[in-house]
Amino acid sequence: MKVSYFPGCTLKTKAKELDIYARRSAEALGVTLEEIENWQCCGGVFTTSNDEIATKLSSIRALKAAGDKGQPLVSVCSACHNVLKQTNAQFNNDADFAFRVNNYVKPDEYNGETKVIHYLELLRDVVGFDKIKEKVVNPLTGKKIAAYYGCLLLRPGKVMAMDDVENPTIMEDFIRAIGGEPVIYAYRNECCGGYITMESKELAAAKSKKVSENAKEKGAELIVTACPLCKYNLDKHAEDIPVVYITELLAEALGVKE
Amino acid sequence: MQRIGVFVCWCGSNIAGTVDVVKVAEALKNEPGVVHSANYQYMCSQAGQELIKQAIKEHNLTGIVVCSCSPRMHEQTFRKTAAAAGLNPYMVEIANIREQCSWIHKDMAEGTEKAIVLGRTAIAKVNLNAPLTPGESPVTKRALVIGGGIAGIQTALDIADAGFEVDIVEKKPTIGGKMAQIDKTFPTLDCAACILTPKMVDVAQHEKIKIYSYSEVVDVKGFVGNFDVTIKRKARYVKEDVCTGCGLCTEKCPMKKVPNDFNLGMDNKRAIYIPFAQAVPKVATIDADYCNMLKNGKCGVCAKVCTANAIDYTQKDEFVEEKYGAIVAATGFNPISMDKFDEYAYSQSKDVITSLEFERLMNAAGPTAGKLLRPSDGKHPHTLVFVQCVGSRCASCAEKGKEYCSKICCMYTAKHAMLTRDKYPDTDVYVFYIDVRTPGKQFDEFYRRAVEEYGVHYIKGMVGKVSPEGEKLIVQGSDLIANKQLKIEADLVVLAAAIEPDKSARPLATMLTASMDTNDFFTEAHPKLRPVESPTAGVFLSGACQGPKDFPETVSQAGAAASKVIGLLSKDKLTGNPCVAHSDEMMCNGCSSCEKVCPYGAITYADKEFRGPNRTTLIRRVAQVNEAICQGCGCCTVACPSGAMDLKGFASKQIMAEVDAICK
Repeated sequence: MKVSYFPGCTLKTKAKELDIYARRSAEALGVTLEEIENWQCCGGVFTTSNDEIATKLSSIRALKAAGDKGQPLVSVCSACHNVLKQTNAQFNNDADFAFRVNNYVKPDEYNGETKVIHYLELLRDVVGFDKIKEKVVNPLTGKKIAAYYGCLLLRPGKVMAMDDVENPTIMEDFIRAIGGEPVIYAYRNECCGGYITMESKELAAAKSKKVSENAKEKGAELIVTACPLCKYNLDKHAEDIPVVYITELLAEALGVKE
Repeated sequence: MQRIGVFVCWCGSNIAGTVDVVKVAEALKNEPGVVHSANYQYMCSQAGQELIKQAIKEHNLTGIVVCSCSPRMHEQTFRKTAAAAGLNPYMVEIANIREQCSWIHKDMAEGTEKAIVLGRTAIAKVNLNAPLTPGESPVTKRALVIGGGIAGIQTALDIADAGFEVDIVEKKPTIGGKMAQIDKTFPTLDCAACILTPKMVDVAQHEKIKIYSYSEVVDVKGFVGNFDVTIKRKARYVKEDVCTGCGLCTEKCPMKKVPNDFNLGMDNKRAIYIPFAQAVPKVATIDADYCNMLKNGKCGVCAKVCTANAIDYTQKDEFVEEKYGAIVAATGFNPISMDKFDEYAYSQSKDVITSLEFERLMNAAGPTAGKLLRPSDGKHPHTLVFVQCVGSRCASCAEKGKEYCSKICCMYTAKHAMLTRDKYPDTDVYVFYIDVRTPGKQFDEFYRRAVEEYGVHYIKGMVGKVSPEGEKLIVQGSDLIANKQLKIEADLVVLAAAIEPDKSARPLATMLTASMDTNDFFTEAHPKLRPVESPTAGVFLSGACQGPKDFPETVSQAGAAASKVIGLLSKDKLTGNPCVAHSDEMMCNGCSSCEKVCPYGAITYADKEFRGPNRTTLIRRVAQVNEAICQGCGCCTVACPSGAMDLKGFASKQIMAEVDAICK
């Protein structure tokens, strides 16, 4: 099976592991991630402000590219996924926005029909966690792993519609599928500090420390995330627990890391 | 040809504000059959009705059209007016130019035009109306109360005291409902059990009341005055009439790890149990999901120790059929599930509990014998945080919460906070609230006492996060008045969960053909004027199944429902609805289509003799309608392929005439 893939800028620079292992693992599971041509930066969460049109065109073009192939559009980065999915929802729910956007991209108008799915949803809904379990060669048996959702992956809940915002299970189910033992802790869906780290290191540090300390207190040895910014903040401010990408852990379990 | 009078009502400015009533009356004057047309400020008033009566006599009217409010409001009024003037009441038609016209339009010209069309439609129908005479049906002088909580108990007692037989059907092994689980009641702080259990005993001892405990209503047929109800008596594996309630079996049963639902799972019971000491009936019940004897045939301890020989492992569900004249729904409420509110860490910590669980913790008969101890480690909590409106008034989170106010939480939270401070002065108690709502006798005084005399810290704002850290629960919330974020290290967090109707209410409403709102609360026939009656005749509403309410309100409503039931059962005969289905035997081909769609079972078939050609006799199977059972829903008239089935008062040709009048 082939799906369209939007890696995003960070995955080409700071978060190469997130990208490489996503591709290798998917291939091992029988899914080819076809990188769409000429993609541009999603613009980060700044584009989700309501009155922006021009900055959302990158998302629209990516959605159109996937739609032309009749494929769903997959991304791994929480921020890219959030922007793509929110833009898609706005296109489908706001006729005025859709009209204005299509004025910009003429003659390559978008029809709104592309499905945006996160890599985790690809694993859960397309591949299936049961199938992943069968393909695991290096199970992470006994490893206590804290899933860190952050804020962008699930919210706003009505648009992202991936999982219950306050009581999510998708990453825990993923951890179980690769043989690990998920750790439930209260701060798993709290913010890491995000871009605040540019303005105030102390504030971001306080937020990130809260997350890692809470995870450690509940017995976690490892934190997994899908978001490069979360990983950056946790690595920088909460140094005493390793933080790895979901894809790296998956590649390790599937035996395709090296 | 009919002689029709048209009466256009202003309804003060309700109609006249958006509809030119004079113009409507003038326009309708020229419709076929109309011989008189008038308008008046309040047609439903004494003077307005007098106007109609005089016109009927003066112009020798054979039918009238009243252009006014919804027929649900005043059709009966104008039918009586017509009858008083000697006109058959079914020669009256209402054109609804208020709810369906003036209230929803703003433009006078459009409103007037639509009112004229609606009036013309009603006139077209009256032209084809024929006088109808209602039949009569007898009344079974017995009532059924579904639900044995305080609402059902009070309703049953009041009906029985008036001399009518009442059956209570309760799905749990004992009556008592939620009130039996409550510790103390606001605002007087008297013990709930002390005022409830004597009433439970009264029910048990009343010669006119029969309790079907551990039973459910599974089928309802019939209509007002004549309901046929099937009750499933679930197998309790104990002979109810033999068990003495001594409780020996509940001590000897080796299966000790059965979650005790009466204490909301905070302690365990045995596989054979009596829910609580004052249960009525005081009879043991076996939980078949846990009993070893029932599951794999090994054990039988309870049967060995029972001196009364009451245990019967072979018992099966039984079905009982009963007849009733009236049915009262009193199915009550439950707190909503906290599964989707994990921001409060309900699933992560045993020390985050709901208010109902807190009631059990404070109750002398509860899992801690009334001592306030943390469920996790049995330690005495020093800092308690109460969070109100968890899932209530939650318009933005309607998929997991409720949009409405659950009404009782402000008061019980004030009670919990006060009782905690009273018993344990060493505690710090915080209450987070959106608003404190205390409309009720002695209610605000009660809440003020909690704040002023007992020093409960009320904080306006909501809690965003509860995080279990070490032995503490870190509560993060906002204080909107001080405009700052708070972090409280709490030992116990109590969530005032929203309340919702019991899950059994929805299937019951379907059986009763009673209507519900989008939240699954039963709808009343009129929100102000008929608050304890369902729109379905013969079905009445008692307690929280109609909407959130506290004990005083529940008991008042229970009594009101009982008085309505008594009013119904006091009648010997009920006047039926003459607008029922009727089959033209000459056209009926006996295909059974109508019988299949009839929701009331009103249609039967008979073989009848008809004259054939050349003096022969043919025997044909034809449909017959039992007019006492038919509710006039009209399903059969649509299903009938040969057009034999028609509805009196709503005949197909009348409806087609209305459609033609609209399209003219």
